[in-house]
Amino acid sequence: MQDQEEITPLFTEECDIAMTVNGHRYKQKVSVRMLLSDFLRHELHHTGTHVGCEHGVCGCCTVLLNGEAVRSCLMFAVQANGMVVTTIEGMAGTNSDLHPIQQAFQEKHGLQCGFCTPGIIMTVHAMLHENPNPSDEEIRQELSGNICRCTGYQNIVEAVKLAAERLREQQMEVL
Amino acid sequence: MKPPRFHYCAPHMLDEALALLDQNSEDTKVLAGGQSFVPLLNMRLASPTYVVDINHIAELHYIEQEDGYLAIGATVRQRQVERSLLVQEKHPLLVEVIKHIGHMQIRNRGTVVGSVAHADPAAELPALLTCLNGEVLVQSIHGERVIKAEEFFTGYLSTALEPGEMLTEVRFPLISPKTGWAFLEFARRSGDYALVGAAAVLNPAADDLCNSAHIAYLGIAGAPIRGYDVEAAIVGSALDETALDAAAEASRMLVSDDMEDVHASVEYRRVLTAELTKRVLRTAWERQSH
Repeated sequence: MQDQEEITPLFTEECDIAMTVNGHRYKQKVSVRMLLSDFLRHELHHTGTHVGCEHGVCGCCTVLLNGEAVRSCLMFAVQANGMVVTTIEGMAGTNSDLHPIQQAFQEKHGLQCGFCTPGIIMTVHAMLHENPNPSDEEIRQELSGNICRCTGYQNIVEAVKLAAERLREQQMEVL
Repeated sequence: MKPPRFHYCAPHMLDEALALLDQNSEDTKVLAGGQSFVPLLNMRLASPTYVVDINHIAELHYIEQEDGYLAIGATVRQRQVERSLLVQEKHPLLVEVIKHIGHMQIRNRGTVVGSVAHADPAAELPALLTCLNGEVLVQSIHGERVIKAEEFFTGYLSTALEPGEMLTEVRFPLISPKTGWAFLEFARRSGDYALVGAAAVLNPAADDLCNSAHIAYLGIAGAPIRGYDVEAAIVGSALDETALDAAAEASRMLVSDDMEDVHASVEYRRVLTAELTKRVLRTAWERQSH
């Protein structure tokens, strides 16, 4: 029994974690029950990640975790230990140039109140990375996990198409 | 909506996780993808004293083709299965079913095994596992056992798991290339829990009549349910309208009288079940190669 206790890891209520958020490395002690969304907002003061429903339905809190779109309200900060997180604050360039996706949303009026927009931008970022030339139907399917109560989605779809086009052009220039 | 306090541990070895689970078995929950469990914590519908996070256990991260089935370990995300070339080639029905789960962001975290362990009667994977007559592997520090799907799902969010046991692997029987398969569900909005869904696999005989049929449903009872009477109505037929009508009628009887909620009445679910039965059987029939 002595051996058992020595090798078995212990339960804890607090953990030291380190994670990279938008290119910056953060080390912090957190309560194990702290949601990733709350860690970003309350500890790092990155309040661009919005919190809507807190049970994984609305999509407002979507962030990229090692490049994949996830609900930050459905995981604990401690689970992102050692991982790379990208939030809406990480999208614009260093001299505040909007990211092509943000630019397209502005030009096509892909938002009204803007509450859902950070989550949608992160979802679109992941979508276009995997599928640079999505059809209207694919765009609507991928956006189905992000609820917008203002726009009726029409201009969001238009914005995604414009963003996709510009990102493809950028890619061609690089090549 | 914040999770209640709990004690957390994220072991790297399965043995360690099973030992932790055994110590306080009545008050410990396993955390994998967390896409059903964390909402329960956020809404304080669950408040375990101990949470064992199994995401770091590398030995549970596998998709393997075994003799007659695909084995999926407890930390494999639904999205990984969806993208897996092995699964796309060997089990297109599993890929089709997974695409119906929640949204892309949910599938990026949610695990296949976690969905089966959670045993939501409206979830897709428990219904598929029931349709295929699949199995689960359950482990504890005292040993392991293999349980058939129909014995595993015992009721609403309930399974045959005993305290101290962990579901570590789900086994989806492979289907032959000749087999016709289909999965359909009806949900109010894309990604919502479906009101009703059905998975079917059909095998033709040499005479072009239906030789064997498996069909199972989600959303119509406290647990996923196999439609034995529906199968009996079409085996030996050429899936003509008479046989499909008989199958649809049999499927109505499967809808439990207590499946009445704000989303749909029992009668509405019966109508949906009958229609989905016909559609899923027709699609599977068309897909089989003769």
